[in-house]
Amino acid sequence: MTKPLNNRAWFFVLPVFAIVAFSAILPIMTVVNYSVQDTFGNNQFFWNGIGWFQELLDPSSQLGEQFLSSLMRTLLFSAIILLIEVPLGIAVALSMPREGWTVALCLVLMALPLLIPWNVVGTIWQVFARGDIGLLGWVVNRLGIDYNYTGDPIDAWVTIIVMDVWHWTSLVALLCYAGLKSIPDAYYQAARIDGASRWAVFRTIQLPKMRRVLLIAVLLRFMDSFMIYTEPFVLTGGGPGNATTFLSIDLVKLALGQFDLGKAAAMSLVYNLIILAICWVFYTVMTNVDAERERIEA
Amino acid sequence: MTGTIAVGRSDVKPVAAPLAANRALSGPRVNGRVVVMTLYLLFLMLPIYWLVNMSLKTNMEITSGLTLWPRDITFDNYIKIFTDESWYSGYINSLTYVLINTVLSIAFALPAAYAFSRYRFLGDKHLFFWLLTNRMAPPAVFALPFFNLYSAIGLFDTPWAVALAHCLFNVPLAVWILEGFMSGVPREIDETAAIDGYSFPRFFIKIFMPLIASGVGVAAFFCFMFSWVELLLARTLTSVTAKPIAATMTRTVSAAGMDWGLLAAAGVLTIVPGALVIWFVRNYIAKGFALGRV
Repeated sequence: MTKPLNNRAWFFVLPVFAIVAFSAILPIMTVVNYSVQDTFGNNQFFWNGIGWFQELLDPSSQLGEQFLSSLMRTLLFSAIILLIEVPLGIAVALSMPREGWTVALCLVLMALPLLIPWNVVGTIWQVFARGDIGLLGWVVNRLGIDYNYTGDPIDAWVTIIVMDVWHWTSLVALLCYAGLKSIPDAYYQAARIDGASRWAVFRTIQLPKMRRVLLIAVLLRFMDSFMIYTEPFVLTGGGPGNATTFLSIDLVKLALGQFDLGKAAAMSLVYNLIILAICWVFYTVMTNVDAERERIEA
Repeated sequence: MTGTIAVGRSDVKPVAAPLAANRALSGPRVNGRVVVMTLYLLFLMLPIYWLVNMSLKTNMEITSGLTLWPRDITFDNYIKIFTDESWYSGYINSLTYVLINTVLSIAFALPAAYAFSRYRFLGDKHLFFWLLTNRMAPPAVFALPFFNLYSAIGLFDTPWAVALAHCLFNVPLAVWILEGFMSGVPREIDETAAIDGYSFPRFFIKIFMPLIASGVGVAAFFCFMFSWVELLLARTLTSVTAKPIAATMTRTVSAAGMDWGLLAAAGVLTIVPGALVIWFVRNYIAKGFALGRV
């Protein structure tokens, strides 16, 4: 069923367009404006051209080096998060009970971490992982492993990753579960008649059916881990040293801590362009997958 | 986008049974599944339990040694939050901007979602992508320009600043969730109503709205939730009078040393709104997080 073409529909969309433009385009223009200027305070601005961008993208300068290392840390973090959360999420989704009241119970308990304010997520792990008063830190230290997330960079990374796995794996699991639920009964019956193994069922029925939701899950998890701010800020504050200073933390420090407007603005733009590019790739892939499926079903 | 939506919808069948047939295939592994699920849920619940546990202890008990449950249950931390204005005003401020944001987002999104679900129009796909990029844009990028923008128009440190700022990601979200529910309503209903002489506004309010009431509920829940969990923008756009609870928590802790029990109690109270309504939206959680596209 195709929808009729009607350009007057724009009148309905206009309010949304206006409010999102007000909170998206206007601020971005401010950022563009700052990114080509320098200031010495007193609201006096000087034209700086592409100076900030040159400095930012030149790894030999101090700003460039700082940017590159935060970018690398953020990419590494996103990669680790995806490698852990996607397989774990699929495993959890496959382990969901089939029916009965336990389904609802599992759904509710799994969703709980998703609904906790991000700073409280940080606080929960700050407390839980402390060596003196936190269960996790205490147990790990009792096991004879020297563990202190405020002092040791590796421990800080591990804690942040475990925290993120705790916080967001349920999202992947819930999305996969939604994909699994849409598989018709007949598919499993056919597989049973063919005597397919558990692995074959997963490989040829469940995984292809989950492809679309997995794509969304990867997109969401990548984007959200790429712009993570609050949780590590509360947990480690970017430390020890700069070990867990991700791009967002670096940017906020620069913009609101030092009020280094030009540098911060240039960094914002580059950061945003990276996001935009990745977003576009995902969107294209997603649209293609949808179109392909539509062709098959038609 | 026409195709993507139609396809997406065909997935959302309210079926719970089909996986049951799979049981025979995985018969001997049922125990393995239960083990995985139990371990995972245990992993999820332990840190939350620890927070609740700490909120019921005195600071003496917390710092003097590890106890797995409160030996001497005290509600002093909660009483302090509910009686000290600097604490409970944080919750009121947060709720204020969250509610304003929810109402704004839904009100703006309703007509747009209707347009997306019923018509094709010039640039609809581009508009869709643009809205998506706003959901993905890092709040850190917007913190500084928002600060300038809302200072310039005199809204800084009011709930309106935060409510408007959160529209950046909540309006697109509401559009998508509502659009999903609206496309589930057959278009014949619109046509029949028009033939029966209903004007469009009357049709929308009298007939259409009751049909998508659950969609409005789900969209409102997610707007509420995403505004409630966000801290960076909320903290940047307020200083004293509209300070959200999240900021109260961080600041008080650094100023008065570490009052762990109080911090834990404040944390537990921020989980309550989500925990209260989660039961009613349990089947829509994936939909809400995936921008209505599951």
